Amino acid sequence: MTGDESMAEWRITVEILRYRPEQDAAPVVQSYEIPCVDDMSVLQALQYIKDHIDGTLSFRWSCRMAICGSCGMMIDGRPQLACQTILRAGNQRPLRIEPLLHFPIERDLVVTVSEFVSKIESIYPFIIPKYPRRLAEGEYLQTPGEMARFENFSDCINCMLCYAACPQFGENPDFLGPGALALLQRYNGDSRDAGQAKRMELVHTENGAWSCTAVGYCSEVCPKHVDPANAVNQNKTNSALDFFLRFLPRSGTIERGA
Amino acid sequence: MKVIAVDIAIVGAGGAGLRAAIAAAEADSTLKILLVSKVYPMRSHTVAAEGGSAGVVQPHDSLEHHFNDTVTGGDWLCDQDVVDYFVAHCTEEMVQLEHWGCPWSRKPDGHVNVRAFGGMKIERTWFAADKTGFHMLHTLFQTSIKYPSIKRLDEHFCTDLIVEDGRCQGVVAIDIASGDFTFVAAKAVIIATGGAGRVYQQNTNGGIVTGDGMAMAFRHGVALRDMEFVQYHPTCMPGSGLLFTEACRGEGGILTNKDGYRYLQDYGLGPPDPWPRNKAMELGPRDRLSQAFWHEERKGRTIATRHGAAVNLDLRQLGAKKLRERLPQICELAESFLGIDPAEKPIPVRPAVHYTMGGIWVNGETATNLAGLFAVGECSSIGIHGANRLGSNSLAELSVFGKVAGEAAARCARLLPPGPIARLERQVDDVYRRAIDLMRNETGGERLATLRDTMAESMEAGCGIFRFESEMKKTCDTLAELKGRYRRLQLYDTSRAWNTEWLAAIELGYQIDVAEAMAHSARGRKESRGAHSRIDGFEQRDDVNFLKHTLAVYRAEGPPAISYSPATITRSPPGKRAYGAEGERLASQGAEP
Repeated sequence: MTGDESMAEWRITVEILRYRPEQDAAPVVQSYEIPCVDDMSVLQALQYIKDHIDGTLSFRWSCRMAICGSCGMMIDGRPQLACQTILRAGNQRPLRIEPLLHFPIERDLVVTVSEFVSKIESIYPFIIPKYPRRLAEGEYLQTPGEMARFENFSDCINCMLCYAACPQFGENPDFLGPGALALLQRYNGDSRDAGQAKRMELVHTENGAWSCTAVGYCSEVCPKHVDPANAVNQNKTNSALDFFLRFLPRSGTIERGA
Repeated sequence: MKVIAVDIAIVGAGGAGLRAAIAAAEADSTLKILLVSKVYPMRSHTVAAEGGSAGVVQPHDSLEHHFNDTVTGGDWLCDQDVVDYFVAHCTEEMVQLEHWGCPWSRKPDGHVNVRAFGGMKIERTWFAADKTGFHMLHTLFQTSIKYPSIKRLDEHFCTDLIVEDGRCQGVVAIDIASGDFTFVAAKAVIIATGGAGRVYQQNTNGGIVTGDGMAMAFRHGVALRDMEFVQYHPTCMPGSGLLFTEACRGEGGILTNKDGYRYLQDYGLGPPDPWPRNKAMELGPRDRLSQAFWHEERKGRTIATRHGAAVNLDLRQLGAKKLRERLPQICELAESFLGIDPAEKPIPVRPAVHYTMGGIWVNGETATNLAGLFAVGECSSIGIHGANRLGSNSLAELSVFGKVAGEAAARCARLLPPGPIARLERQVDDVYRRAIDLMRNETGGERLATLRDTMAESMEAGCGIFRFESEMKKTCDTLAELKGRYRRLQLYDTSRAWNTEWLAAIELGYQIDVAEAMAHSARGRKESRGAHSRIDGFEQRDDVNFLKHTLAVYRAEGPPAISYSPATITRSPPGKRAYGAEGERLASQGAEP
């Protein structure tokens, strides 16, 4: 692990918003001073503190390479992955680390993830096959062009940075939110899938796509360039389309009544 | 303590655990299935696998080729009956994942594309750009949501198995958020907890890869098999050990030393051209490439970096367009962590620990010799990796054998009446007390990080790319001493909610046991085979004495007992393991490779 004293190039103050439910009435800021090397990540800074200064500091992490989505936090006021945020040379300012905005804090930098996961689970995040196929028939054909319609949205690592960036989610915790809507669009856009109608029921609701006020900060902070704002827009378009399609004759018959 | 009774408990919700859960749910929708994982499923380390997963699809490829690449790659320590089953089922599993939505990269005609990988005669690696494990994991997780009988305890940390009347009857887990304990009573338990690479200092593994399941089974008398075989991946980031996939070389990347020379040609892998060429040079197997690096370093032909010696992984000839399309994550890693654009500059790389070939000893149906206990994925040793795993075989393994494990556990659970929960209470209480005892705040004890780093450095020194008796002995001694020091560990956090120091202490206990199994297994193997390479008088493979698996059996006092069991050789007798020009010459004479 970096953080070996002998490699120290400069020292940095790290201010961390801490909250220990068993002893703190409210979150408090605690400062640590640590040695810092040129290619050190914020995650390594936290690990240094935990290993050498304060074993009671809690945070989630695992892969260290921006793919497991565990270590999202507010770093200098911006939602970022701690592992991917590198303390490049010369940065003398204190570093400010807080738990992800808009989520309940469980302890220190750990926020509640379960509600986000429930949203993911609610949107039918699996292929509802258009044409069921047996294994012996081999793979579905899908051209690179067809794949491009959803591929980007399948890159979401569920790090929840977009939720911390979303003012609407801040106002309404029931808002499905950018990540779940991106995943929803990932399946709606897949040529193998026929589940759109089912999923659109969720998109139409007050907690669906129309909650979004098109701020676009979600896409800006996304570490994987998933562009959830675009997914939400596509959902709005589809939702509007569904709305107008209600008034049109369906499959040759005129619908009566409402 | 909370008690939950289920039919099947699965410890670990990575690729193997999820695949097992789905298979069990499909086998019998009335079974209650519970995934217990210390992280949310999508954080599991399957997520970090990059390059791809094997499955024969091309007309000029064959199951025979996949079999031979696997067995040769494993230096003949594979169980060939299990390899046969494995290669015959890889492709249907890859198709199954496709049907579930996995975004495999495609050819213009819409069929799935495959790429070349190290040690592979014909291209057969299915890939989803360079995030294959990520896409497989998310596909499996999201698909698992479809099955109402699959429930989860996310962020629940398993502290022990409950074994009574000679069978595994459940697990005890800590709810990380509250620190409360849950006893999960189960008729069948599947361990799917992944590898143990974090017992080494420089590794490609996530922080969670601490050998938990291996240690739990080990402590209950289940043998850990072939633990000396630890794979160093040749192209990792110096310092952090982060992985640059083998697909970099599969797509045409080359390795050069400080003089810009493709040094692999000096180690039986050449000639360098034409390039790319399967089973030669940079597409040689991982053990050989990591060993070549070691020699280059000693010859003073590597590049000095802040984090030690490195060679160059040069991807410039792929061009920016292909790099973005085929290796987007590699580009991102190089840019954000090293400030390097691989289209412009080579990436400094070095070997780092990547994969544990050995693990919980299971039969071809994933059953351990403890009734009711199954193991699958990297935590297990089912017999397909031998002494050196072929790249692309681990993602395929978790799919093929995940399904086998789910079905086997379902059969087992269906046969049994509900377990005697009340009778297990005392044992469960003991588990609870042992875990809580660790939290004692004994002043003057040592810090967790000190012990952990001592273990990891000692494993690098004694059980690294090349091994010597004197160094291995030193490592064994250090680990024995660490077991004593572990008893005097000082924790600074005595709270219950999200006490990650406490959990890391339990993990360290697991790690020291697993490390001991590795080091003592290594010491016992007086030959060189695959990833276990000695340069202390045992440089050659010794089929007379060591064409057999190592079994390490736990002992409460002292090091594990080491014994051996035969490897299953059905139709490929041990032969010369050759790559490059020599491999091509042997192949032309009709002998595989």
